Amino acid sequence: MKHSMKVNLQVWRQKNAQAQGNFENYSVETNPNMSFLEMFDVLNEQLIHDGKEPVAFDHDCREGICGMCSMVINGNPHGPKQAITTCQLHMRSFNDGDTIVVEPWRANAFPVIKDLSVNRSSFDRIIASGGFVSVNTGNAVDANNILIPKDIADEAFEAATCIGCGACVSACKNASAMLFVGAKVTQLSLLPQGQAERQSRVVAMVNQMDAEGFGACTNTGACAAECPKGIPLSVIATLNREYTSAKLNGK
Amino acid sequence: MKLESKIPEGPISEKWTKFKSMAPLVNPANKRHIEIIVVGTGLAGASAAASLAEMGYKVSAFCFQDSPRRAHSIAAQGGINAAKNYQNDGDSVFRLFYDTIKGGDYRAREGNVHRLAEVSTSIIDQCVAQGVPFAREYGGTLSNRSFGGTQVQRTFYAAGQTGQQLLLGAYSALERQVGLGNVKMHNRHEMVEVVTIEGKARGIIARNLVTGKLERFFSHAVLLCTGGYGNVFYLSTNAMGSNVTAAWKAHKAGAYFGNPCFTQIHPTCIPVSGHYQSKLTLMSESLRNDGRIWVPKKQNDDRHPNNIPEDERDYYLERRYPAFGNLVPRDIASRAAKERCDGGYGVGPSKMAVYLDFKYNMMQKYGRTEASKHNIENPDDATLLRLGQEVVKEKYGNLFDMYKQITDEDPYEVPMRIYPAVHYTMGGLWVDYNLMTTVPGLYALGEANFSDHGANRLGASALMQGLADGYFVIPLTIGSYLSGEIHTKAIPTSHEAFEAAENRANERIQNFLNIKGTRSVESYHRELGLIMWNKCGMARNEKGLNEAIAEIRALREDFYKNVRVPGTDKEFNPELDKAGRVADFLELGELMCIDALNRNESCGGHFREEYQTEDGEALRDDENYKNVFAWEHTENNKWELHKEELIYENIKIQQRSYK
Ligand SMILES: Cc1cc2nc3c(=O)[nH]c(=O)nc-3n(C[C@H](O)[C@H](O)[C@H](O)COP(=O)(O)OP(=O)(O)OC[C@H]3O[C@@H](n4cnc5c(N)ncnc54)[C@H](O)[C@@H]3O)c2cc1C
Ligand code: SF4
Ligand code: FES
Repeated sequence: MKHSMKVNLQVWRQKNAQAQGNFENYSVETNPNMSFLEMFDVLNEQLIHDGKEPVAFDHDCREGICGMCSMVINGNPHGPKQAITTCQLHMRSFNDGDTIVVEPWRANAFPVIKDLSVNRSSFDRIIASGGFVSVNTGNAVDANNILIPKDIADEAFEAATCIGCGACVSACKNASAMLFVGAKVTQLSLLPQGQAERQSRVVAMVNQMDAEGFGACTNTGACAAECPKGIPLSVIATLNREYTSAKLNGK
Repeated sequence: MKLESKIPEGPISEKWTKFKSMAPLVNPANKRHIEIIVVGTGLAGASAAASLAEMGYKVSAFCFQDSPRRAHSIAAQGGINAAKNYQNDGDSVFRLFYDTIKGGDYRAREGNVHRLAEVSTSIIDQCVAQGVPFAREYGGTLSNRSFGGTQVQRTFYAAGQTGQQLLLGAYSALERQVGLGNVKMHNRHEMVEVVTIEGKARGIIARNLVTGKLERFFSHAVLLCTGGYGNVFYLSTNAMGSNVTAAWKAHKAGAYFGNPCFTQIHPTCIPVSGHYQSKLTLMSESLRNDGRIWVPKKQNDDRHPNNIPEDERDYYLERRYPAFGNLVPRDIASRAAKERCDGGYGVGPSKMAVYLDFKYNMMQKYGRTEASKHNIENPDDATLLRLGQEVVKEKYGNLFDMYKQITDEDPYEVPMRIYPAVHYTMGGLWVDYNLMTTVPGLYALGEANFSDHGANRLGASALMQGLADGYFVIPLTIGSYLSGEIHTKAIPTSHEAFEAAENRANERIQNFLNIKGTRSVESYHRELGLIMWNKCGMARNEKGLNEAIAEIRALREDFYKNVRVPGTDKEFNPELDKAGRVADFLELGELMCIDALNRNESCGGHFREEYQTEDGEALRDDENYKNVFAWEHTENNKWELHKEELIYENIKIQQRSYK
């Protein structure tokens, strides 16, 4: 394997939410084993050394689980590879001499804070509107009192693996949040614990989603294609079904 | 000041029950006027904030990430312990209590640990009720697996994403309270000062990381749930932002720091591959259920692992510890790996790695079972392997994918290469039975406190402790203090104590920006990490620790002369955030070395080379060190040592053995 490579970056720089942004060009010496974010660390060291401002970007766990990292790379949220986050991308997915364009998530409901960092609090507000089971601490029965068939538990788990990154929104031309909302609604409507609030939950979450300015779903499927956790499009079908049935019941 | 642990009187199994029935309470009408600040929204913080808000307190919660759901707890992989005894394998509250005390090498408090074991069962009930999708058996019951240092199956899990699922449960409970208006959530805020008035914690100063503004917040009590400080080593399995700042500011405001040098080095992590590396990735301990650890019997053996025949492999854990084998506690497994690599038996490009191999269990354990389920008679090796791989994929798929993503090697085909890495800090703010620090009204929960794991934490016990503290302990113990505060009116944040605290924070920030040196913050962090890893890591000795102290002091001095922090304090500026955190690590590192130097024994993860048995095991000195070291910060980087004697009335302390 080659041990060094050079890439040209076009990075979105934007001082703050109000400022006009623009692309800046940089070139970085890297190597194939470096992660994409480590390549950005190298760039930032270089910028600091040259007395310039480093690029602001969000990240924390660097292992694909916290959902904080969020770069659109050559037009793809989380980059060219499927089923991984930006922080799991390695430079071996690129070639020596490549030009790579890096932008923040683009959506009205995710305003830019600076450079590549955006504000995703709208997702928290959607969860606060209904993405829970109302059970106060101390109210629970013994965990094995309610049996849940393994396939149902597994399906609920799969939907629950959403990391709340927002790539689905960024990938969608309408900036729709249906995949994210569908994942939570699917998880909780599959489980016995979620039944009591099943209908009020879905209506509240969809209302909040609309209020936040996320777009409508036109079934292009770009969200599921870019989702790092492989949340399937079927959660959107479930969401639609749950919503319709709740509405029919006058919720 | 005398350290009072405030453990209730009476037999061990009745202490918590008695406490619960006697604890002073705050009535619902008064709760509405009492404000509580919760810093941190990991398992400890989110569960505490949600539960306290449900009870009727006015809660404000803080985290430095963009959402409470991103706290580092999200990354926990393997599982959470609870003494449910669902497997009918002889588990009990006492056994979990015993395992935890023994696992911690007899350096934890009996009273706290017993309470932890008692409430463990309610945690699982609560999480399931919230819709946490734990792994289940075909009959619909919950599934369990084993973790190190135990001989029962008491670990509940959700694939390799247990922390994520538990945190999302706690986060949803928290967001529910946000929606109801009972919790005010402050994302992208970093606590930079604890405010004390007349000796009591009365609020905090937090920096709004988006605008850079310093903001003041009053409360009747402050809960620090700010996680561990493993990042003092620069490279660790912790998230990049994990830091000691909140705990350190509390320490400087009067809270004693307990056992700072007790660090857990986790045996199974992906080895370091280059100098640019920013973090290390854990491969969950649950893998040791099915992976066997080995190195070649020959030194410097360069053959491909698949070409090394069975009888030329040294399964050194199975050889040295036949009773627990690959499931010995972490400190022991880590030292054993280091011993092999130092001896020249290591593998991989750096020779600082050992193999974690799944082939045997894939074929013999899972392959055979599946073959017989599918009525395949006399299956050949390829069939066994294929069938076994499918089972392993279901159990650990995400971990295997993660490994492949990072190393570009397929662990279904070749054994994983692993090496120990910094993972968890047992040390933390000293707290009493109520989880209160030495500052009245200031509490520490979760990994941020020192309390339950002694000198070594058992796997799957941190999640248990975080949720125990937040859901079941603090809601009750905080009443003892707050019942005396019902007449305290909200203090306006124009009070001089808030003014002074904000000024202190501001001066520090201006200082960082004005140094205008040449070196990046990152470069100091990396250098500190190397000193810590080499001299205060898996093995420590007097000479190395003295050197480390001198080196850290020199590095700190250099930092304040030559660091370069770009940008301003009036904007989103991650470099400035990092400067504050690294500055605190540069002080904490020194205290950790001092602590390690003063503890003239080996215990758990603290291995002083001068104190070992003939076969290289940790040699405790119970006569002199059966105690907690609690450090008081007296003036700038000067400390005074206080000791809390540990009393064992229910467990007979002995030389820890897993042979
Ligand atoms: C990779 C990995 C895997 C693990 N797997 C397991 C496992 O399988 N089982 C197990 O039991 N344990 C496991 N652990 C350990 C366990 O995850 C942690 O000990 C535990 O989650 C810590 O929870 P916490 O709530 O104390 O803190 P954290 O989850 O670390 O949360 C800290 C919170 O404090 C906030 N914060 C910190 N400083 C400040 C500040 N100055 N101002 C404002 N907010 C601040 C953060 O924003 C965050 O919200 C694992 C750890 C790692 C690193
Ligand atoms: S559905 Fe997928 S892309 Fe959307 S937030 Fe969840 S994990 Fe990210
Ligand atoms: S940094 Fe956590 S998912 Fe990428």
